[in-house]
Amino acid sequence: MIASVHFPVLQIVLPLLLAPVCVLLRGARLAWFTALTASWAAFGIAVALLLDVLAGGPISYAVGGWNAPWGIELRVDAANAFVLTIVAGIGAVVMIFARESVEHEIGNARAYLFYATYLLCLAGLLGVTITGDAFNLFVFLEISSLSSYVLISLGKDRRALYAAYQYLILGTIGATFYLIGVGLLYQVTGTLNMLDLAQRLEGQEGLRGVRVAFAFLTVGISLKLALFPLHFWLPNAYAYAPSAVTGFMAATATKVSIYVLLRVFFTIFGVEFSFGQMPLGEILMFLAVAAMFAASTVAIFQNNIKRMLAYSSVAQIGYIVLGIGMASVTGVQAGVLHLFNHALIKGGLFLAMGCIVYRIGSTHIDDLAGLGKRMPWTAAAFVAGGLGLIGIPLTAGFISKWYLVLAALEKGWWWIAVLILLSSLLAVVYVWKVVEQMYLKPAGEGAGRTEAPLGLLVPTWILIIASIWFGIDTRLSAGAALEAAKTLLGAG
Amino acid sequence: MRHHLVVRVIAKMLIPFIMLFALYVQFHGDFGPGGGFQAGVIFASAFILYALVFGVDTAREVAPDWVVRTGIALGGLIFGGTGVVSLLKGANYLDYSALKPDPVAGQHIGILVIELGVGITVASVMTAIFFAFAGRGRKGPG
Repeated sequence: MIASVHFPVLQIVLPLLLAPVCVLLRGARLAWFTALTASWAAFGIAVALLLDVLAGGPISYAVGGWNAPWGIELRVDAANAFVLTIVAGIGAVVMIFARESVEHEIGNARAYLFYATYLLCLAGLLGVTITGDAFNLFVFLEISSLSSYVLISLGKDRRALYAAYQYLILGTIGATFYLIGVGLLYQVTGTLNMLDLAQRLEGQEGLRGVRVAFAFLTVGISLKLALFPLHFWLPNAYAYAPSAVTGFMAATATKVSIYVLLRVFFTIFGVEFSFGQMPLGEILMFLAVAAMFAASTVAIFQNNIKRMLAYSSVAQIGYIVLGIGMASVTGVQAGVLHLFNHALIKGGLFLAMGCIVYRIGSTHIDDLAGLGKRMPWTAAAFVAGGLGLIGIPLTAGFISKWYLVLAALEKGWWWIAVLILLSSLLAVVYVWKVVEQMYLKPAGEGAGRTEAPLGLLVPTWILIIASIWFGIDTRLSAGAALEAAKTLLGAG
Repeated sequence: MRHHLVVRVIAKMLIPFIMLFALYVQFHGDFGPGGGFQAGVIFASAFILYALVFGVDTAREVAPDWVVRTGIALGGLIFGGTGVVSLLKGANYLDYSALKPDPVAGQHIGILVIELGVGITVASVMTAIFFAFAGRGRKGPG
C-alpha cells in the first residue's frame, strides 16, 4: 500500500499513467471507466491534500529523491491545494458527463483517444498547480496546452480546427514568453525552485534582467489566462470545442493560469516588487475593468450561446484579476473565491449547453425558442447558472462580488465598487436574452418534450447545485480562499 | 521507387545497420552522447526509409496501426511505471536508488529503463506521424 506521503506525486501520476492505459484498452466503455476512476481518484487525493494542508501547513515532496532546490519539488500549500481541489473536482464531474456527450459528438470509435487526451490535460493542469519548480511548471503547462489544442480540434464543426490552430499559435507565444522569463530569472539567480528564486531575488530588483523577466512573465501568463485584450483565442476555442471539453476547459484551464499569475507575482517576485516598484496593480485593474465592460458588451451581441458564454468568461476573468490587482488580503481572497465560484457556475452553464447540443444540435439563440417547455430541467439549470453569473443573492456569484466590493471599499475605491455593480447589469442583459428566448417564445412546430438523458443532467446539476450551495454556505469556500490569500501575501 | 534496383538493394543493406546504430545510441546513451530520443528517431528513420523505398502499404503491413499505437502508449507506461516501482519499494517517485540494493546500480538500471521507454515512444510517434502524412488523401485508418 502506498502511503499518503506520496499523495502529491500520485495527484499527477494517476491521470498521467492511466492515459496510455486508455489507449491500450481501446474500448470506449473501458477507456471511459479508466478515465472516470483516474479523475475521481485525483479528486479524492486533492481533497485529502487540502484537508492536510489546512490542518498541518505546507507539504513538500522531492521527486526522484532529489531535494529542493536541486531537484523538482512538488509543494502543496493553502493556495494551490484549493486550486487542485477545484480542477480535480471539475475534471471528475465532467467525466460523468463525457460518456454520452462524447459518444454523441465524437463517436465511440475514437472515444478512447479523447479520454487519453483528457487525462493528459488533467494531469498537466494538476501538475502546473502542484509543482514548486518554475521550469517544471512550463513542462506541465505544455502538456496541458498541447492536449487542449487536440481536445478543441475534436469539435464537430470544421471551424474547431481553425479555433484550435489559433489557440495553438497564441498559446505557444504565451508559453514561450513564460519560458523566456524563467530563463532570464535563471540567468540572474541560478535556480529554478520557486521559493529559492524568491529568496535570491531579494535585493536584485534593480537588475534589468529581473525587470525584463517580469515583463515577459506578465505578458506570457496574461495570454494564457485570456486577460483582455489578449483573449482572442478564447471565444472561438470555447465555441467550437466539444461540449465536455468546453465545460472542462472553461472551468479549469484559465483558472490554473490565474493561479500561475498569483504564484509568480506573489511568491516569486513578492508583493513589494510586483505591486510596489512595478505598476502591475494599476495595469491589472485597468485591464480587468476594461474586460468586465468590453467583453460583457460583446457577449450581449452574440447569437451563438457558447460564444456568448465564452465572452462572459473573459469578463469574469476580469473580476478575478481585479481582486488580484488590489493586492490586499481581501482582494486576493475575493479573486481566489471568484475563481472557485466561477469555475462551478461556468462549468455548469457549459454543461447545460452540452445537454442542449445533445438534443437540439445547435447553440444558436433562435433554436432555443420554447426550450423551457421542451427541456425544462436543462433550461432551469441554465437559469440558475445565469443568476449566479449576474450575482443574485443566494448564488455563488453574489458571494464573490460581495467580497470584491468589500475589498474595493476597504481601499476606499468606491468607484470600483460602482463599476462592479454596473458591469453586473450587462450580465443581466445577456442572460435575460437567453431566458426570454427559452421561456417566452413558443417552440417551433413538431417540437415535443425532449429532456436530455440523466447521464448529462446529473453532472450539470451537480455543478449548479454546488454553485448555489457555496452561495449559501461559504464557510468552506471563503475560508479556504482566505487561507490561500494569506499564504500568498505572506501574512499567514 | 519499386523499380530502382540500386536504391532497393542499398536500402535493404543499410536498414539493419541503421537499426543497430539506433540500439547502440539507445543503450550506450548513459556513457556517451545519445539516449532514448535520438535512438527513437534513428530507429524510426530506418523504418521510414523502408516505407519510402518499398511503399507505405508494405510498411504498414510490417507495423500495423495497432503496433504503432501500442508502442506509443507502452513507452510512456515503461517510463512512468519505473517511478511506480520505486514508489512500491518505499522510496519517492522516480527515485532509482531504490530499484537495487546498491543505489549506484539502481540509478543505472533506472536511467536505462526510462530511456528505453522514451525510445519506444519516440520511434512509434515518429512512425505514426510519417504514416499520417504519407496516408493523406487515401482511404484507410488514419
